[in-house]
Amino acid sequence: MAGPQMIMFDQEFKQISAIIERLNHEANAKVCYLVDKNGQLIASAGETAGIDSTSLASLTAGNIAATSGLAKLLGENEFSIVFHEGQRDNIHISLVGQRVILVVIFDSRTSLGLVRLKVRKISNELADIFNSLAQKAQSSGSQKTPFEEITDQDIDKLFSD
Amino acid sequence: MSFINWASREINCKIVYYGPGLCGKTTNLQYIYKKTKPEAKGKMISLATETERTLFFDFLPLSLGDIRGFKTRFHLYTVPGQVFYDASRKLILKGVDGIVFVADSQEERIDANMESFENLKHNLIEQGYNLDQIPYVIQYNKRDLPNVVNTPELRRMLNQKNVPDFEAVASSGQGVFETLKAIAKQVLVELKKGK
Ligand SMILES: Nc1nc2c(ncn2[C@@H]2O[C@H](COP(=O)(O)OP(=O)(O)O)[C@@H](O)[C@H]2O)c(=O)[nH]1
Ligand SMILES: [Mg+2]
Repeated sequence: MAGPQMIMFDQEFKQISAIIERLNHEANAKVCYLVDKNGQLIASAGETAGIDSTSLASLTAGNIAATSGLAKLLGENEFSIVFHEGQRDNIHISLVGQRVILVVIFDSRTSLGLVRLKVRKISNELADIFNSLAQKAQSSGSQKTPFEEITDQDIDKLFSD
Repeated sequence: MSFINWASREINCKIVYYGPGLCGKTTNLQYIYKKTKPEAKGKMISLATETERTLFFDFLPLSLGDIRGFKTRFHLYTVPGQVFYDASRKLILKGVDGIVFVADSQEERIDANMESFENLKHNLIEQGYNLDQIPYVIQYNKRDLPNVVNTPELRRMLNQKNVPDFEAVASSGQGVFETLKAIAKQVLVELKKGK
């Protein structure tokens, strides 16, 4: 299959969640999300209730993908930050490592400067965890996937109605 | 690229509907959306022009249920078909786990089908993938129209690898779920092999 799979384990998930909780708090933001470059939600913190996080993840990834495409056109390696300003809410999107997208949604209770500062501070922490995750996933390349033991019947059952 | 999350016990897979402009990719997703129970689907997003042509992608998240305690989620995407949207198509192929190639069965779209299929192979290679290694199925759509090429002929042109293929009328739903099931199944079987 193409490319390594992304695998998330309990321990790293807890670490990552704690970090973005802290970011959300320290930046005084509304919500923070971590999204895989392919558009899959990894973790979130803050006032997530009113937001369709699946859609948000997919659109963010599309946005970053388009921005990276633009960067390549211009001979830039990658634009690492995208910022959109709304009337009420603002959205700050940045790349962590090469693999993951950090989304911070905030309003006038805080400032772009503070958000940017805090994002920069925790990005390395996050990048370290994702690096070790990638290594773990590779070294456990032949490790069990939850699907190793599925049968054709298990798959057929998904479609039974 | 599937995403296995042991923490939330979820597995996410990405399926892309590919094919020439107006072959019925968006219509496939719309039908799936319409026929899926509310609790099993998320919002369908269409980034389209004012005339409803796909501009960037359509997106539909589906939950198919549990396998061995893991929630299986499929993210369905379509690409814009027109030739000049090639850059967007490449972006959407990133991280793909399975492909549905939708062909337009009408005689006058034969060249467009072949061109799109070649474009798919080319774009996959550019992303470091290979159609030989990715699960895919083929759908011959618009079987209800009068000027269609017969299926054996289409098969000869597009399905030399003999992957699962289906006749469809996406606008009435015929063949739509058969196609989806076939690709979902192939993706899961591939996962079972452990890449
Ligand atoms: N007659 C007929 N029309 C279809 C069928 N599937 C799609 N269409 C129509 O073809 C047009 C283009 O479909 P669309 O899904 O937007 O194509 P896309 O460019 O591949 O996304 C629309 O007017 C659809 O209603 C089909 O099976 N039969
Ligand atoms: Mg479309």
